[in-house]
Amino acid sequence: MSEDAGAAAERPVVDRRGNAFWASLALPGVAWLCLFFLLPFYVILCVAFGSVHPVFLTPQPAWNPLSWDTRAFEFVLEGLFTPGAAFQVVFLRTLAYVAIATSLSLLIAYPVAYYVARHGGRYKGLLLAGLVAPFFISYLMRMLAWINLLQDDGWVNDVLVWAGVLDGPRNWLDGRASSVILGMVYGYVPFMILPLYAFLDRIDGRLLEAARDLGASRFQTFRLVTLPLSGPAILAAVAIIALPMFGDYYTPDLLSQSPNTSLIGNQISLYIRGGQQVPVGAALVVCLMAFLAVLMAYYLVVTVRAQRRLGG
Amino acid sequence: MTSVAGAGAGSARNGRLREWIANPWGKPRVLPLVTVAYLAWSILPILIAIRFSFNEGRSRSTAQGWSFRWYWEDPDLSVWADPDLRTALFQSLRLAGIAVLVTVPLGTALAIGLTRWRGRGSGAARAVSLATLVTPEIVMGTALLLVFVNLLTFVPLGTPAQAIGHITFSLVFVLIIVRGRLLAIGPEYEEAARDLGASRLQAIRLALLPMLWPAIVASGIIVFAISMDDFVISQFLSSGTNTDTVPVRIYATGRTAPTPALNALATLTLAVTIAFAALGFLLWWLLKRARGDRESALEHLAH
Repeated sequence: MSEDAGAAAERPVVDRRGNAFWASLALPGVAWLCLFFLLPFYVILCVAFGSVHPVFLTPQPAWNPLSWDTRAFEFVLEGLFTPGAAFQVVFLRTLAYVAIATSLSLLIAYPVAYYVARHGGRYKGLLLAGLVAPFFISYLMRMLAWINLLQDDGWVNDVLVWAGVLDGPRNWLDGRASSVILGMVYGYVPFMILPLYAFLDRIDGRLLEAARDLGASRFQTFRLVTLPLSGPAILAAVAIIALPMFGDYYTPDLLSQSPNTSLIGNQISLYIRGGQQVPVGAALVVCLMAFLAVLMAYYLVVTVRAQRRLGG
Repeated sequence: MTSVAGAGAGSARNGRLREWIANPWGKPRVLPLVTVAYLAWSILPILIAIRFSFNEGRSRSTAQGWSFRWYWEDPDLSVWADPDLRTALFQSLRLAGIAVLVTVPLGTALAIGLTRWRGRGSGAARAVSLATLVTPEIVMGTALLLVFVNLLTFVPLGTPAQAIGHITFSLVFVLIIVRGRLLAIGPEYEEAARDLGASRLQAIRLALLPMLWPAIVASGIIVFAISMDDFVISQFLSSGTNTDTVPVRIYATGRTAPTPALNALATLTLAVTIAFAALGFLLWWLLKRARGDRESALEHLAH
């Protein structure tokens, strides 16, 4: 928000009537967000702390915080903290899948973003078009493309059998962690490349020249200048893809369909849309949000600390 | 003789190697391979899926000639003949259209207001709008489903609820893009307009909007693309098959009833999105050129 401070400094006199005018311009959007973003979060809480109708099993939200019923939460927390319980297994699996998929994405995204930003040369426009293209292709279509490739008689099996890697076609779409993680990496990596590109493209070339002038080798320049500088950008890119990954249920549903690869998103989708125990689903959502809020807080602390270290 | 020649070649190679390492602007050799491999891996599966949408036969893994059978020629199973597939395409287009028409003006006003408005409430309003960006879709989908079922029951599930959902998650993208441009412009032009006697609204309309148009058009493209792409919100807030969007249909039949018609549906959706983006880019470029600004559209998008 440093640019705000700059803009404010340019106009020292705050014009009260003008301020009211700007606020009224923002009002429709702010009202929209209050009605359809903040209010729904309160409703999640009321449903999570509510009960279900004894006959129809429809959720009965408890609107008054004083009459909140913690049964659904106790059920979810017990499941999360009992070793071997379904919720814990699913949560740990989600954590593992997200960690592996994010690391693999970073291993792909960083070199690609680095190359296009620093060495794209006259092909930069073309390369950028290739990096942006997946944004215009629906995630589900990209998963469909992999269903086509991974099915029994698909091209992946054809190539692997032809190359002698496999003796016969393998069923890739039947509860394999590798297929789900491949799908996640394939689906999310474009969202990681672009912010990394935007950052690497803006690194001041004179810093790198200075490092080389002082005798650093190409690799040392990268290790001692470029990589430390990109720390915050890497963290931001990780957050950009890890947050939606934690809510993913469609990738495992499409590429595996097996309970062996069920993620926390699958559980939420099951409870919320299955209709039997909606409060449990809502409590799961609240727990997921709390967990992600902790991750975000960590991210903010690290970013602020890095900015302070750089004197920003 | 041979050993001398060998040593000579070796030292020449050594020299070249040393020169290559010493040159700070030389190109690394492994990175282009990684990049090209990534691009191939990223785009080939899509091209293959598109190719099978034109298959003559029923297979989605063996090339069996070319035809438009799965687009409109097949009387029962093609995208045009199968009511589920056809409605999905129209539902996606309807939602994306509504999202662009509502979100772009709403978001632009929000961006102008939030950028210029200082004081109590403005920080909180900014934080709330950015919070929508980091909220996973499944959380927002659950929140909206529960609010429409339990509290705001006058909003029926289906198109109205889905449209509200699409507007809510795309609002922040308009905010970010337009706000970025506003911060770059600075307040001087409006102040000059005000000094010359324009009212606040006139200053926005005559001084600010002409400079904002490229950003507004760019945000329209993004809103259309993310609305077409959305799956979770559309699925959570759908009222049944007749309000399923293309991604929801792909999810529902991707593993159970696969025919190349599904590929054809996905291909059509992609074609529509690209056509809309191309039109938008053309408009964006014309607006930019009218202003004499020559930054590439892709660079602008990437930043």
